[in-house]
This record gives sequence, structure tokens and C-alpha cells, in this order.
Amino acid sequence: MTIWIIEEKCDGCRRCIKACPYEGIKIKDGIASVTERCTSCGACIEACKKQNAIESDIEPRKIPDFSDRQGVWVFADQTDGKLARVCLELLGKAQDLAKDMGHKVSAVLLGKDVSHLIQTLHDHGAQNVYLVEDDLLKNFRTIAYTNVIEDLVLTYKPNILLMGATALGRDLAPRVSRRVGTGLTADCTQLAIDPDEKLMFQTRPAFGGNVMATIACKYASPQMATVRPGVMEAAPCKPENPTLIRHKISLKEQDIRTKILERVTQKKPGTDIIDANVIVAGGRGVNGEQGFAMLKELADILGGELACTRLIIEQGILPHDAQVGQTGKTIRPEIYIACGISGAVQHTAGMTGSRYIIAINNDPLAPIFKLANWGIVGDVHEIVPEFIKQLSCGGAS
Amino acid sequence: MNIIVLVKQVPNTTNIKLDPKTGNLIREGLESIMNPDDLHALEAAVKIKDKTGGKVMAVSMGPPQAVDVLTQAMGMGADKAFLLSDRAFSGADTWATSYTLSKGIEKIKDYDLIICGHQAIDGDTAQIGPQVADWLDIAQATYVNDIESVDENEIVVKRRLEHGFERLACKMPVLLTVISELNEPRYPHMEQLISACEQKAPIKVWNAADIGVKTIEVGLEGSNTHVIKTFTPNFKRQNELLEGSNKEVVSDLIDRLKKSDTTIAYRL
Ligand SMILES: Cc1cc2nc3c(=O)[nH]c(=O)nc-3n(C[C@H](O)[C@H](O)[C@H](O)COP(=O)(O)OP(=O)(O)OC[C@H]3O[C@@H](n4cnc5c(N)ncnc54)[C@H](O)[C@@H]3O)c2cc1C
Ligand SMILES: Cc1cc2nc3c(=O)[nH]c(=O)nc-3n(C[C@H](O)[C@H](O)[C@H](O)COP(=O)(O)OP(=O)(O)OC[C@H]3O[C@@H](n4cnc5c(N)ncnc54)[C@H](O)[C@@H]3O)c2cc1C
Ligand code: SF4
Ligand code: SF4
Repeated sequence: MTIWIIEEKCDGCRRCIKACPYEGIKIKDGIASVTERCTSCGACIEACKKQNAIESDIEPRKIPDFSDRQGVWVFADQTDGKLARVCLELLGKAQDLAKDMGHKVSAVLLGKDVSHLIQTLHDHGAQNVYLVEDDLLKNFRTIAYTNVIEDLVLTYKPNILLMGATALGRDLAPRVSRRVGTGLTADCTQLAIDPDEKLMFQTRPAFGGNVMATIACKYASPQMATVRPGVMEAAPCKPENPTLIRHKISLKEQDIRTKILERVTQKKPGTDIIDANVIVAGGRGVNGEQGFAMLKELADILGGELACTRLIIEQGILPHDAQVGQTGKTIRPEIYIACGISGAVQHTAGMTGSRYIIAINNDPLAPIFKLANWGIVGDVHEIVPEFIKQLSCGGAS
Repeated sequence: MNIIVLVKQVPNTTNIKLDPKTGNLIREGLESIMNPDDLHALEAAVKIKDKTGGKVMAVSMGPPQAVDVLTQAMGMGADKAFLLSDRAFSGADTWATSYTLSKGIEKIKDYDLIICGHQAIDGDTAQIGPQVADWLDIAQATYVNDIESVDENEIVVKRRLEHGFERLACKMPVLLTVISELNEPRYPHMEQLISACEQKAPIKVWNAADIGVKTIEVGLEGSNTHVIKTFTPNFKRQNELLEGSNKEVVSDLIDRLKKSDTTIAYRL
């Protein structure tokens, strides 16, 4: 399997380089040349249609006919009869995808005594609800749920199957994808239907968020993705003719091979700062416990978590697991708001990977401003309350 | 008890450098390390072996230079190591990777327990563990942060969930994916490391034919998902100081956040 360049035809237009996901091709002396990183994926051939300068011995793989695969499915992740928020968010996105493909939206609900959730699923866009109830489905166990979803997929043949990237979804989805013989894209932050081929383009972060990749699943069906909670938007709507489909399957306890001995819910439901999308961090410029209570309020509005510098840990204001830096945690949230933090290297070592850094400090020469996308010179005890006020009256959720 | 540990060689993304001009990831010169979660998987395996006896076998799929992580694994107490390496394996998605690993494991055959990391820091999917378990048709437990007891019939583990934890009993054989809370990995033992480096230690290298897979079933060709394009999110920092009254600077900031490509933008 190789590709090669017909040098006389190449005009150095660089289209191939843009198309290559692997840095497999570069321009040398104005002409494209293949590098050792090339994986023979063929993406550049398509890009060079105009000049036709790239040839290969890659057998074009036949794309199977999936026209009988209809419907956009969302797995309704529930625990103890409560839906995970992310499945309503996915139903919102599923409506867009289904519209672009001319398909219908369905939800898949598994459990025991969960029929009170059906209406909520309809009200968030699911025209069909596939319901499977069984004593053995009461609590989530991987093999039981996999067997049921496999049966549903083989019976009703959906085109797309989405699951939330929750602890449950990330345990279940890979197993289901293997079982039904398809691909799976993890932790997506964007989903869209490509207008040409009607494929779902799935975009996700990799390399710790340093790279974004757009992935498609052409050769297998259904197209499966897990999606991060909080990324999509729920969109309540009333579908016409909401339909309930009860599906029966016989499960045997001995096939499931695991037994839950105990499940414990711990009080503080906060996310680890490593996983939080938004971090509001405070340093010595924040006035003690009272000041941190104010930062907590801001963090709550933004759906984020509190973090701090080492001095704050030493003062006993926050527990050790909130410390960012060389001797604390390394985090890379989407948004890092540094309040009253000078920006000592031991601290910044743990946060320079953040996507956006916002600094609030009353010293215009504080080193933290050099790292920030946006800086505000001022007193945190005035700026933060103003921030809270404007976000609250802006109708934030 | 015979334990297989899956280890992956990854670029050290915690030290990632971006090209100051283009903002692109600089991949050259990125140091290669053992995936951090896999250190915890090895530690757990060696601890169990110390109690029950048996062997720890490390398995990796990757290019020839991935022997480095297998050597390190032997330094930490693995008895044997297997490298699945073939040009045909390159470009694999998790479907093809998990298939290749499971065929390697089937060839090793003699195992009671498989332990792997929860997530690799490069591909970041956390899909390999459950997929390998399904290829092999064995039980799985993910997000494991404690191993309470283990014998030939059953293992009891604790799993970290969003709002607490779960204690799960699994019938053997089983595959665990572990997170860093589980233990403190030991440092490689000098003598073990030296003996592994001197090639006295048996690191077997198997190619596609050795594990009985066709080249069209593995690597890029055997994959179901394909990367269409990659791009670097824009990390360039403007270092802009916002000016005006408190009210003005805050509303300016909120505007910028609303226009940003972040997941919270729409909620503001
Ligand atoms: C070996 C070693 C390891 C370390 N590891 C870590 C680590 O992991 N993490 C860590 O954080 N630190 C670590 N440190 C400590 C680090 O060197 C700094 O001392 C610490 O980060 C400074 O914390 P700070 O920014 O909160 O305080 P300061 O440096 O005192 O900064 C306070 C800032 O607040 C501003 N300010 C004051 N009042 C206001 C106001 N009203 N409004 C707005 N701004 C105001 C000031 O202008 C100042 O810039 C380590 C140190 C050593 C020696
Ligand atoms: C930018 C980018 C995005 C990608 N996105 C996807 C995607 O969405 N879906 C998809 O199917 N593939 C994807 N891939 C391909 C995927 O990264 C590879 O298949 C990779 O070999 C395994 O996935 P992982 O790194 O995510 O491993 P994870 O599943 O995160 O790894 C978990 C554990 O499995 C074990 N393990 C993983 N790989 C190996 C190995 N080679 N040898 C031994 N043990 C191993 C280790 O114990 C590891 O700790 C992507 C690749 C890139 C470069
Ligand atoms: S796209 Fe074709 S013509 Fe353009 S640089 Fe690449 S090989 Fe040459
Ligand atoms: S075949 Fe694929 S990897 Fe190789 S140069 Fe073309 S686009 Fe890049």
C-alpha cells in the first residue's frame, strides 16, 4: 500500500497538505513529496482531483449500502429512575441530525420500572421510545445492557446511535460498538451531517485537548459516538404521533457475570478540577473565606469548580486537591479565571495548557497578565460581584 | 494467577509544545513514555502476583521502538513481554487495535486476569479495555480504584463513578481498566531493568502472520472509523487588557466568552 506523486503534474498548490491528517506529505522545492508519516489513507488523492498528481495502489474500499439503516437513536442513560441530563442534550442534537438526514429521532430506555421517563423523552424530541424493562436491568451492568442494545440494533437497524460520555456511557458504548461491529468516536464536542455523503462528521479533542480531530465511520453501521455532557443543548419539542415500542428479550443472570455488592453516593457532587471545563482560581489577592465564597458563586454560575494557589492551601481555606501547579495538579480547562493570583511559575506550570486564560489582578505589572488572553486590572472584590451580577441578569442557566 | 497487562507507548503530552508562529503542535522531539494509567495497571498486577504467585505478562501493540515500554514493564516486575508490531498495524482505530490485541492475547492463551489503563493520553478514547473484553467475551470492570479481593473464581473491585462508587464482584476471567487513584506505581528495579535491557529478558515480537490476522483486518484498512482532518484549536493568547469602567470591562469579557468556541458559550 503506497501513494506516489507524478511530479510533472504537481503544481505545488498545497491542497494535499491541508487534507492530510498525518503530516504524510510536504512540499519540497515547490513539489509535493510523501514523508515517512504517510499511512496511505488516501485523503490527499481526493484533494488533488484537479491536477490528478497523486496515484496509489490502494484498492478503493467499497462502501456498503446502508440505506435500510434509518433513524437517529439516543441512549437514555438513567440511574435509579433519574435521567442523566446529557441524554436530553443529545435528543436536542439528534433533532438537528435527523432533520438533515430526513430520519426520525428515537430514545432507547432500559431499566426496571422506568416508564415514568417516557414522557420526558417524548417532550425532548424522541418520536419513538424503545423500552426494555426487566428485573435484571434494574441496575446498570455492562453485559446485560450490551446484550439488549445489540438485540435492538440488529432488529430495528438505526443509522446513528449516540450516548453520553458519562461513566456509564463510556463503559457501555465501546462494548456495544464492538458487539454490533461498528466504529465509535469518543467524547465528541461537535456532530454534523456532511451534505454530500450524508455521513456524520464527529469532532473530538485528542492529545489532552491539544489537537481536534474530525472522524467519520463510512464502512460500518450504525455510526456511533459518545458526547461530553454540557456540550449540546436540550431542545424541548412535541413530536407528532409519539410512539412507544416495548421490546422483549430473555436475559439470564449467569450470562451477566458481574454482581453489584454496593453502590454509594457520596455527598459532594463536585467534579475533580482536572475534569472541569471552567475553573475559577483564587490566590492571595482574594480576601479569605468570604472572598472564596464569592468565587464559588461565580464558579457555580459558570458550571465550574474552584481552584487555588499553594498559599491558599497553606492558609487552610481550600483542601489540597484544589491546588494547581508544580506541586499540585496540572489542569487544562477551557476557561481559567485567575483572581488575585500573581502568576508565579510554580503556579502557572499547572495551568498554561488552559484554552482561555482570564486574569483579574489590581497590579498591572503582575506576570499573570503575560499569560492571559484577556486581563482586567482591578480589585477582584469589585470585578467578581459585577461579573456575577451581569451573568445572573443575563438569564444564565 | 497469570495476569496480562496492556501497556501503550505515548508521546508525553503533558509537556507539549506549540509552534509560537503557527500555533501547531510540535510533534518532533516529543519524548515517548509509558502511558501514565498503565503504570498503575502494572503495579496492581505485580502486587497481585506477589500474593498469589503466577506470571505477569506485558503486551503492547506499536512500532519497534515500543520495546522501551516493555523493557520498563519488566523493570517493574513483569516476567514476560510481547510486542505486536507490523507495518500493517499502523493507522488503527480502536476497533482494529482491540482486535489485534485480543488476537495476541488469544495466542498467549494462559491468563486469568487482564489489566489495562483507563485511558491513553494521546488517543484519549478509553475504548480499548471494553472492546478487548468483548472480543474475548469476558467480564469487564472500568474506572477501578481499588481491588478488594481476588481468587481463581472471583474478583471484587471498587469503581469510581461520578457521584460516588460501586463495589462489583466479577467472575474470572475479567478485564479491568484502572485509574491513577488505585495505587502508587513503583520505580523500575535497577537489576530487573538491566537484565531486561541486556535482552536476557524474553521480549517476543509478533507480526500479523504470527497472531493469525489478515492485513486487511488490522491497521488503517481494518478500521471502521477514519480521521478526516485534524486541526489545532487556537491557543494564541492576545494578552489584551480590557479597558473601561468595571461594568464595561465585565460586559466586554462576557461578550468575548459568548463568541468564543467554548462549550459554555451558549449558556451565557
Ligand atoms: C518548590 C515550590 C513549589 C511550589 N509549588 C506551587 C504550586 O504547586 N502551586 C502554587 O500555586 N504555588 C506553588 N508555589 C508557591 C509559588 O511560588 C507562589 O508563592 C504562589 O503561587 C503565589 O500565590 P499567589 O499568586 O496566590 O500569591 P501572591 O504571589 O502573593 O500574589 C497575589 C496577587 O494578588 C494581587 N492582589 C492583591 N490584592 C488584590 C485585589 N484586591 N484584587 C486583585 N488582585 C489583588 C496582587 O497584585 C498579587 O499579584 C511553590 C513554591 C515553591 C518554592
Ligand atoms: C487524533 C486522534 C483521534 C482518534 N479518535 C479515535 C476515535 O474517536 N475512535 C477510535 O476508534 N479511534 C480513534 N483514534 C485511534 C486510537 O487512538 C487508536 O486506535 C489507539 O491505538 C488506541 O486508542 P487510545 O489511545 O484511545 O487508547 P485508550 O482506549 O484510551 O487506552 C486505554 C488503555 O488500553 C491499553 N492500550 C491502548 N492502546 C494500546 C496499545 N496499542 N497496546 C497496548 N495497550 C494499549 C492501555 O492499557 C491503555 O491505558 C484516534 C487517533 C487519533 C490520532
Ligand atoms: S494537491 Fe496535487 S497539485 Fe497540489 S501540491 Fe498536492 S500533489 Fe501537488
Ligand atoms: S495518503 Fe493519507 S497520510 Fe499519506 S500523504 Fe495522503 S493524506 Fe497523508
